[in-house]
Amino acid sequence: MGNINRPREVRLSTTPSKDELSDLKLGDIVYLDGLMYTAREGVYIRALEEKANIPMDLPSQSATNFHCSPAARINPDGTFEMGAVTATASFRFAKWLPEWLEKSGAKLVIGKGGMRSKDYKEYFVPNGAIYLSTVGYGTGALLGRGIESVESVHWNEELGLAQAMWVIKCNKMGPFIVASDSEGNCLFERENKRISANLDKVYEGTVPATLKRFGETDDKSDELIG
Amino acid sequence: MISIDLIQHTAEILMDKAAIEIPEDYLDGLKSAAEVEDGDLSSFVLQAMLENYEVAKEDRRAMCGDTGTPRWYVKMGNETKIEGGPIALEAALRRATANATNGVPLRPNRVHPLWRTDHDNNVGIGAPEIEYGYEPGGEWIDLITVHKGGLFGTDYRMLFPSDGIQGIKRFYLDSLVSFGKRGLACQPAIIGIGLGGCKDTCMVLGKRAACLRTVGDRNTDPKIAELELELKELGNSIGMGAMGFVGKSMVIDTHIEVGYCHTGGMQMSVHAFCLSSRRAVARIYEDGQVEYRTNPNWFTDYQRRETVEWETSTDHEKSA
Repeated sequence: MGNINRPREVRLSTTPSKDELSDLKLGDIVYLDGLMYTAREGVYIRALEEKANIPMDLPSQSATNFHCSPAARINPDGTFEMGAVTATASFRFAKWLPEWLEKSGAKLVIGKGGMRSKDYKEYFVPNGAIYLSTVGYGTGALLGRGIESVESVHWNEELGLAQAMWVIKCNKMGPFIVASDSEGNCLFERENKRISANLDKVYEGTVPATLKRFGETDDKSDELIG
Repeated sequence: MISIDLIQHTAEILMDKAAIEIPEDYLDGLKSAAEVEDGDLSSFVLQAMLENYEVAKEDRRAMCGDTGTPRWYVKMGNETKIEGGPIALEAALRRATANATNGVPLRPNRVHPLWRTDHDNNVGIGAPEIEYGYEPGGEWIDLITVHKGGLFGTDYRMLFPSDGIQGIKRFYLDSLVSFGKRGLACQPAIIGIGLGGCKDTCMVLGKRAACLRTVGDRNTDPKIAELELELKELGNSIGMGAMGFVGKSMVIDTHIEVGYCHTGGMQMSVHAFCLSSRRAVARIYEDGQVEYRTNPNWFTDYQRRETVEWETSTDHEKSA
């Protein structure tokens, strides 16, 4: 363990400046302060396809969209109990994100697994947005500690607790890892490329299945997500 | 006769323990992995996870925000009687699941597949699953809850005898590499492999191999045990670690369970039990005594029996 390089740590507002964002490098560790909101397929469909009014003033209140469903409840007195929070896989939301970034002005998108560099270059970079990945995955309790308070929850009756839009006040919430940069480079693609170089050796001697399946690729470097 | 109130009360405690407390065997396995991990980012991730388990226990909050899909494995000794019978038992487990979802709180993950209806309590059609097993002799009930997470890391394939061990290795690697990219499988994981059975039982065997056996446990068939170790090493030689970053910790352990299959086939399933390997167990005795543990001890000699008859000798009863 002695020769491990610990990554750089950065503390950032959920409404970050352009300079702060362009300073971020792939693999940096980020902790956040300020308001963030959860939004995933339920919120995107309601806001973008059903054209419902977004119940927050975006991006002035928050420029940080968390792909998350929290482990949370609404108490009978209307207060909230939020225990653990972790992200859900973001690549499934690619169909809504270009429009969402434009409409919401989000500058930080937090989720699991990141997007393709193609996505970053096509609509993250033009909107000045950066992708932050959660860590683990599953540092739910650590992230839970970074919640100072739950400000409100929107659309819980229409969408259920898991898909609702939760507004969270963060105090040094993290860790998150910078997974895209201002040029649209992708941390996961960089790592995948390094790992793929070794795969032929790992697979040596194994044989493909006698019965093939439709749509199968044998390109082990293929990222499979789109 | 085992009290139904005691069953529900115990089940609620188990829901809480499963969500919050990482089982000791997985924790030890992850610590060993963290000691040898030399990828900068992978290493950072493992350290953060170790810290996360501590915080979860200190704060009594769920270790992961995705608290999985709660399910129950129930095992009984042959002489066990439950107050109100099996219907009351199932009602108690459904109530415990709903109450704990609100209480801990857990994420209300379970929705209707088409209408996306969410009862906000993890209970619905077929949810939670309740599966049963029996052991010869004894008057006790084991309640095992597993909250396996994730949409990724599980696959099934019909292989054939001609595919052989090299075909098994190929599908195993394919599953780890494809779901390990970007860490979608939330590795390092306990990998469960089902071999044989029919398609449905093959999936069940693999899932139980992942979720109902502890890290370090070996199959009682010495050749299968050897293959388990070989596959564990193979998984950790991919060069991929946590979150799909360069590293060497992909697999905490590999477990294989087999079932007799069609003579022409060699069904194979792969399951990944993630960084939040949520399982908790309690045995309730007829006299009201409750013992909590984290080892399901599901796969006894009786569960793996291959003969027509089972002789209830004292030897066999010991295994229960």
